[in-house]
Amino acid sequence: MDLSPSDYIKEYLLAIQDYAVLSGQSIANLFRRPRYLGEMLMQADIMGVGSLPVVIMTGFSIGASLALQSSNTLQRFGSLSLTGQLVSLSMVRELGPLLTGMMVAGRNSSGMASELGSMKVTEQIDAMRALGTDPTKKLVTPRVISSIIMLFILTIIGDLVGLCGGWTIARLVLGLDSNQYWSTAWQSLQFADVFMGLFKPLLFGFIVSSIGCYYGMFAKGGTQGVGRATTQAVVVADVLIVVVDFFVSKFLMSVMHVH
Amino acid sequence: MSLLTTPSPMQDPGETVHKTIIFDHVSIAFDENVVLNDVSFELNRGETKMLLGVLGSGKSTILKMVIGLVRPDRGDVYLLGHHVNSMKEEELFDLRRQVGMVFQESALFDSLTVRENVAYRLIEEGVEQEEIERRVREALRFVELERTIDQFPSELSGGMRRRVAIARAIISHPEVLLYDSPTAGLDPVTSTTIIELLVKQRDVYHTSALMVTHRLPDTFTMASHYFDEKENKMKPIPPGSPIQAPSSFLVLRDGKIIFDGSVHELVNSSDEYIREYIS
Repeated sequence: MDLSPSDYIKEYLLAIQDYAVLSGQSIANLFRRPRYLGEMLMQADIMGVGSLPVVIMTGFSIGASLALQSSNTLQRFGSLSLTGQLVSLSMVRELGPLLTGMMVAGRNSSGMASELGSMKVTEQIDAMRALGTDPTKKLVTPRVISSIIMLFILTIIGDLVGLCGGWTIARLVLGLDSNQYWSTAWQSLQFADVFMGLFKPLLFGFIVSSIGCYYGMFAKGGTQGVGRATTQAVVVADVLIVVVDFFVSKFLMSVMHVH
Repeated sequence: MSLLTTPSPMQDPGETVHKTIIFDHVSIAFDENVVLNDVSFELNRGETKMLLGVLGSGKSTILKMVIGLVRPDRGDVYLLGHHVNSMKEEELFDLRRQVGMVFQESALFDSLTVRENVAYRLIEEGVEQEEIERRVREALRFVELERTIDQFPSELSGGMRRRVAIARAIISHPEVLLYDSPTAGLDPVTSTTIIELLVKQRDVYHTSALMVTHRLPDTFTMASHYFDEKENKMKPIPPGSPIQAPSSFLVLRDGKIIFDGSVHELVNSSDEYIREYIS
């Protein structure tokens, strides 16, 4: 079906409205009964424990790469001892939250979109409504809340593993002293750096789950539609995470006077 | 023939309570496609009304409108005395608990076992575990599928899935049942088994029901049979017998109701389209 520009804009605005309503409901449901605590714990397990291997591998590799790539430049200025500081600031402030968010989005936004999308096209969501259950309470809110909490925890783990990756290279390849690496890594971190690094995962966790749930809940067009929803969920969640990361970093840096 | 019963546009609130379902001048269109156009009908308590019509004539939309899954563009829908289209989604969840619905493709939750599917509503209501187990087994016994209790829907045949969906719909003894093509795509033997279950539900529990179907023989079976509780089986109503099968028919064409009446009125209809449809 060919859409006119005005139809296209209308459809786009309606989609934003639907997303905003679903996101608002997912948070508002926290204050309404029933609350599905069991569902939340199950989702936390699927999302958190399930994403652990990918977060550990990515975090370690990025930390190691950072140390390796920066060593050349730092050596030129005779500042190789600052490797720990560089890895820790980069990981905690920026790369840890960003890459953990993107990895979790790749795994979980797609999973949520395909699971809820399949339920939608096979009328299971309608069946749930017909049985007197609010699908946003039962399916969306537990995913959103557990995603926010688990991404926060996964980011801390990703940061720590990244620092370990940097230390492995600093110790084995660059021949730096372990004490020196860890003390510069630790001492360089200010409250603002840690706050920035731990605030962003809360937003990214919300983006990962709300986007995944939105594309699932509004999927149409059979199995092909579910496939399309899955792909769109990952792409949109990843792009949103990068864009939000930039603006939040800029905002927090100016508010907290971080340079 | 009570052709095209058209209740007044503003229903008397007292009147809506005595009918299970009232559709009052209901219209709906999806994009440019008009699906229902000024549709009005009533479902009496304890009656089963069968909705007939070609594909895309709006039969399934009517079922979804009854419980507010789809809202009409114009007109009023009443369910058990409640004005459905003015209720908020939050309020509708309570009303929907008094209704059981069997979807066309069963719509069982594929990640839950048969036990969990059938027990779904009771689990949500926080019913005690022992009570749940008893009622699940009772509902599965009703559809003769107790042995499948620990299986997943994917392990069942189409007919068995449909029967589990019926068990899920009846477990809370709803006042109204909505069946969306419960025998579509099934072989004649399985189809008869399911029709027997629907007749049993109608005659034993006196549940009001709306049934969408394309299979005329099934509808005639429902209108001409009753359930004998003593022998636990469906039997034809003998000629001249006082036994009643509270059933009626509603035929849709191009979004409009062209017939609303009994089986005798349907078979004796002089309308050319209806004669062709039932031939």
